[in-house]
Amino acid sequence: MRLTNKFFAGLIVVAFASAIQAQTGNQTTAGDDATAKGLEIAKERKARDRGWNNSRSEVTMILRNAQGQEATREMKVDTIEVENDGDKAMTVFQSPRDVSGTAFLSFSHVVEPDEQWIYLPALKRVKRIASRNKSGPFMGSEFAFEDMTSYEVEKFDYEYVGDETLDGQDMFILDQFPRYEFSGYSRQRVWLDKEHYRVHKVEFYDKKGDLLKTLEFKDFKLYKDAFWRPMVSYMYNEQTNKSTELITESLAFDVGIDESDFDKNSLRRAR
Amino acid sequence: MNKTVTFCLGMLAAMPAFAEIEFAGRAGGDFRYFMQDPAYPEQERKQLSVFAEPEFYTQWNSGDDSLLVKPFLRYDSVDDNRTHVDMRELMWLHVADDWETRVGIGKVFWGQAESVHLVDIINQTDAVEAVDGEDKLGQPMVNLRWYNDYGTFSAYILPYFRERTFSDNEGRMRPPLPIDGSAAVYESDDEERHIDYAFRWQRSLGMWEVGLSYFDGTTREPELLEPDLTTESPVIRPYYAQIEQVGVDVLTVQGAWLWKMEAIYRTGQQEDFGALVAGFEHTTVGVFDTQYDLGVLMEYQFDERENNYFAIAQNDLMAGLRWVWNDIDGTEVLTGFVQDLDNTDTYSAFIEASSRITDNWRWSLDAYFFASDTPDDTYYFIRRDDHLQFTLEYFF
Repeated sequence: MRLTNKFFAGLIVVAFASAIQAQTGNQTTAGDDATAKGLEIAKERKARDRGWNNSRSEVTMILRNAQGQEATREMKVDTIEVENDGDKAMTVFQSPRDVSGTAFLSFSHVVEPDEQWIYLPALKRVKRIASRNKSGPFMGSEFAFEDMTSYEVEKFDYEYVGDETLDGQDMFILDQFPRYEFSGYSRQRVWLDKEHYRVHKVEFYDKKGDLLKTLEFKDFKLYKDAFWRPMVSYMYNEQTNKSTELITESLAFDVGIDESDFDKNSLRRAR
Repeated sequence: MNKTVTFCLGMLAAMPAFAEIEFAGRAGGDFRYFMQDPAYPEQERKQLSVFAEPEFYTQWNSGDDSLLVKPFLRYDSVDDNRTHVDMRELMWLHVADDWETRVGIGKVFWGQAESVHLVDIINQTDAVEAVDGEDKLGQPMVNLRWYNDYGTFSAYILPYFRERTFSDNEGRMRPPLPIDGSAAVYESDDEERHIDYAFRWQRSLGMWEVGLSYFDGTTREPELLEPDLTTESPVIRPYYAQIEQVGVDVLTVQGAWLWKMEAIYRTGQQEDFGALVAGFEHTTVGVFDTQYDLGVLMEYQFDERENNYFAIAQNDLMAGLRWVWNDIDGTEVLTGFVQDLDNTDTYSAFIEASSRITDNWRWSLDAYFFASDTPDDTYYFIRRDDHLQFTLEYFF
């Protein structure tokens, strides 16, 4: 009897375990589908934005705090597409006047840490910036450095969430999970339109999983018959009620810059 | 200087007359309050000052050529030597594909460290401006910079020497007798017309920044001559020797850490010597769940010289905090403490805080503290010169 009991007990354990396994197996299959579809959408998003070469823009940044205090920053941004890696960008501040001439140079990378330098015109000094500042705010705004760097498929793991209609357009909803260990986010939920794979909205969730910021892109314009760019980006911090608006005042592509224009020497000359 | 004038005229002639001139700059005032009665009778406790630094810029040849003119003027209520005018920049820049030239008067910074700038040697310190030694006098130069995959090579010809500025009788932060900067003695018969040379190579290698430099010419940091006490009003005279200096500066990035090192070896002064500064800066972004960045800095300073008024970083340790608020006003606070490891009674400390009031106005509040009971230490001479400085600046 003892033996039988033990036998039956063992049988139950095995049955239960296989039931669990079956269940997990099913989940994995469903998860795999969502992951595969998510990755497929992400790859299509990137594929549609390849080959834009280089661009130069003038941007106004409007910062608003919870008390309604408002401040305006003006900057010039040069960007160059780098094949099989993150883009290179140089941002020169023109206002406020006390930081006029201050310039940032960044080489963003897919897996490795980004390389960044800042030029301080009063000291004539180029300073290297520690690479683990991606989650930090960009010039006192609600945008983090990691929100400003170029989109690369390999920066995230994906999960397709579902479809939705937003502002009358059919959208995919995607969750993307940063692979970068020191990202400020646990997850980003992204809305992309099915027609052009343009991102319209992003929700940023903090490390605790709470909603931190919402980013909306508006007024899309088509450049070089292929590339859509939003003229307005609006970032709202759900936890502090502060916001930042980025307005593209002018944007031009193929402006005759090459990779050698993105170095410390150009940083020193930036105005 | 006649050659410079002819050259500048030639350059202006090459500039199209319709070039658009951009005008910018800053102006402001500062107030210093010294916390103790002075150590020397002529000195004051309060010091009020106003300054302006306008800037004129123009470019032509679709930006390949540009001219920057930046004079600086200060009026001081107490220290006649602090009332001074300097051409900070009068620089013609020409840019080509893989090289550029800078001809005129300008400023150059070399190095990576925060607490001492050993490698940085092109410009003379405008010492009456601030105790941190980061204000510089404009240096006449011809500079060629050439860049390729192996880094940036720079060569400098420095045809004219600038004498360091020093506080006068009424000014604080000086030895018991004032240093008379205009009574300088030179090793070279050419005096300030001695032509100096400098070379530098700098390169980024992934997570590394590496620089090597060489300088041959008149030392920027003088030695002080014994005063002749038999005269009616004795003064200390600076002596400028001919030196050679080699320097190396290295920085490496590791996540949130920046590791920094600068070292020099200088020959030609009373003694040949080596000096070193090495340390780190660790930055925590969003510290304690706030929007603040907090940086922790520590640097060890070493200098072989035993008895030199300007060699204060002989065997010292600097610890500091950099607190960046990431707010609309760009508020920043930097504070530090420097302890002499040979004499526990010798130390100094500083706080530098600043923030914007509007888009154009910025305030800063700086405080400096010096202590020493060792009579031959530099800090002993200025031990009573602890002060607060409030500055209001308008940027246009």
